[in-house]
Amino acid sequence: MPSPPRTLLDKIWDDHVVCSPAGELPLLYIDRHLVHEVTSPQAFEGLRLAGRRVRRPEATFATPDHNVPTSDRRLPIADPVSKQQIDTLRANCREFGVRLFDLGDADQGIVHVIGPELGITQPGMTIVCGDSHTATHGALGALAFGIGTSEVEHVLATQTLRQGKPKSLEVRVDGRLPAGVTAKDVVLYLIGRLSTEGGVGHVIEYTGACIRGLGMEQRMTVCNMSIEAGARAGMIAPDAVTFDYLRGRDFAPKDFDAAVARWEKLPSDPGAVYDRVEIFKAADVVPQVTWGTNPAQVTGVTATVPDPGGFADPNDRSSAERALEYMGLAGGTRIVDIPLDRVFIGSCTNSRIEDLRAAASVVRGYRVASSVRAMVVPGSGRVKRQAEAEGLDRVFREAGFDWREAGCSMCLGMNPDTLAPKERCASTSNRNFEGRQGKGGRTHLVSPAMAAAAAVTGHFVDVRDWNYK
Amino acid sequence: MQAFTTHTGVVAALDRANVDTDQIIPKQFLKRIERTGFGQFLFFDWRFLPEGGPNPDFELNKPAAAGASVLLARRNFGCGSSREHAPWALADSGFRAVVAPTFADIFFNNCFQNGMVPIRLAESDVEELFRRATAAAAAGGQYRLTVDLQACTVADDAGFSRSFTVDPFRRQCLLEGLDDIGLSLRHTAAISAWEAAHGLPALKG
Repeated sequence: MPSPPRTLLDKIWDDHVVCSPAGELPLLYIDRHLVHEVTSPQAFEGLRLAGRRVRRPEATFATPDHNVPTSDRRLPIADPVSKQQIDTLRANCREFGVRLFDLGDADQGIVHVIGPELGITQPGMTIVCGDSHTATHGALGALAFGIGTSEVEHVLATQTLRQGKPKSLEVRVDGRLPAGVTAKDVVLYLIGRLSTEGGVGHVIEYTGACIRGLGMEQRMTVCNMSIEAGARAGMIAPDAVTFDYLRGRDFAPKDFDAAVARWEKLPSDPGAVYDRVEIFKAADVVPQVTWGTNPAQVTGVTATVPDPGGFADPNDRSSAERALEYMGLAGGTRIVDIPLDRVFIGSCTNSRIEDLRAAASVVRGYRVASSVRAMVVPGSGRVKRQAEAEGLDRVFREAGFDWREAGCSMCLGMNPDTLAPKERCASTSNRNFEGRQGKGGRTHLVSPAMAAAAAVTGHFVDVRDWNYK
Repeated sequence: MQAFTTHTGVVAALDRANVDTDQIIPKQFLKRIERTGFGQFLFFDWRFLPEGGPNPDFELNKPAAAGASVLLARRNFGCGSSREHAPWALADSGFRAVVAPTFADIFFNNCFQNGMVPIRLAESDVEELFRRATAAAAAGGQYRLTVDLQACTVADDAGFSRSFTVDPFRRQCLLEGLDDIGLSLRHTAAISAWEAAHGLPALKG
């Protein structure tokens, strides 16, 4: 009897279940474990206290990214507590034999940028990291999700995780992406429709012509924000785009063609059944701007800030009221009339070379508005060097942007890059939570092109109407 | 890990949906390399006024929430960042259970590693608990709930009682305060067999 058709999730899951002992959750094998300085010190300390070692150091890769300065790397780290955290990662990697892409290493960068960039991330793998944006790696057809520090310790010690199988959610986006609309707009639009908890308990597989038409880095942007819809992970079936991206990368398989032959079997079989399906049209997506304090509080650039009274659900209404008070906005304000103080282009969502190219093409020939302070933080050392080779850094610098070193930076403001209270920022990052970019700071999530245009004009504009020079 | 069998405690009612882990513990407190001592930073930006001192308007600073160990919350509690510092801060502040209609996945899993029970109840039941907690506070008192993990029930002493579901394995680990990693290491032979079957080189030593 032929086996029933399976989804991409089913195939990766089935292949990685080590055992399902009676009365216990299954043990899932983890192929790649990515580690950073903020969520790992307590895990390594746990190993030490229990006299345990890292089971597969060669499957474990570390880099400092969350809590690193993005200014001159030759200077010492000013904050002694931050310095200690980075030193601790260094010492732990040395002690346990884990490969570290350290500050000052040419390949240091945001963990979700360097994983794919170095070819560490591959189709069909299970990948975890003590970071909720680990879903990024699902863009290459991997099952990748964020875990807590206790689970980091569990993976270090056993190379497995205790996991119940999540449900599958197909999010299909039909049709071609309209001109001037980007992957960031698509995923913000989807989160707005699915809600912040629409994906809880599920792994999203993004399908449809719109998703197929995206380049590799745009796919990463989409999968990256799956957690903002509550999903455990997001994934996209591997195809020629994926294989072309991976070929020749440092950690890509030596026998690449044999790997491709295996990877080609991963996409969901025809007739495979998802637990849930949601269908959207690419043609409905316009450039998006968040107005509130969670990523689902989003609307099109052509719209107005909603009136909280218009929400039927009392929870949604009180959330909107609270959000507008925090954001210093009134219902009915046109999005394009919102003035900005800061612009941040960076983060694991939008700091790759294609993102910087898109932003630079908008900025070229213009100056940052006098009322705005703007910065670009490349996602990795490699992205930075590539951008410099293409002259993008000059485009940004000449326009008045700060050009920084790689790290998470103002996405979460653990380092000195933060908003002051009430400062309003157009940000290409992934979270507009209260205080996320600095206590009292006001974040509007947008695409790199929208952020670049806002930097020039000092307020939001519809980048579809931009006069490119 | 601290075992959990049954617990009775004061309820703190946090009437907000989508409480994210950035609120539970803001990023400026994630630089420490210890696992303990995060309670003082719990809900920091809400709990304290910008000029310092407690914010009297914040739910957890009200007399009704003094000494609370059961947190009552709205939908999608614990969304956002995977930081386990959030459950560490709650546990360090004395919380043993969180009751909400829905939780974010990573936070939900993190609770079990820290001797805390996340309890999902129907939205209407959570609404009823908010009503009872509000009424107790209005009368100048406190509202208490008892969580029984053996029976999987949450109840007050005035007729409210609901059962909740929890993964049987997670429940057993909590009831016995078991070391997760130690349990998994009992399956080392199966892990090695998986690795061999997938062509991974055998481990040294």
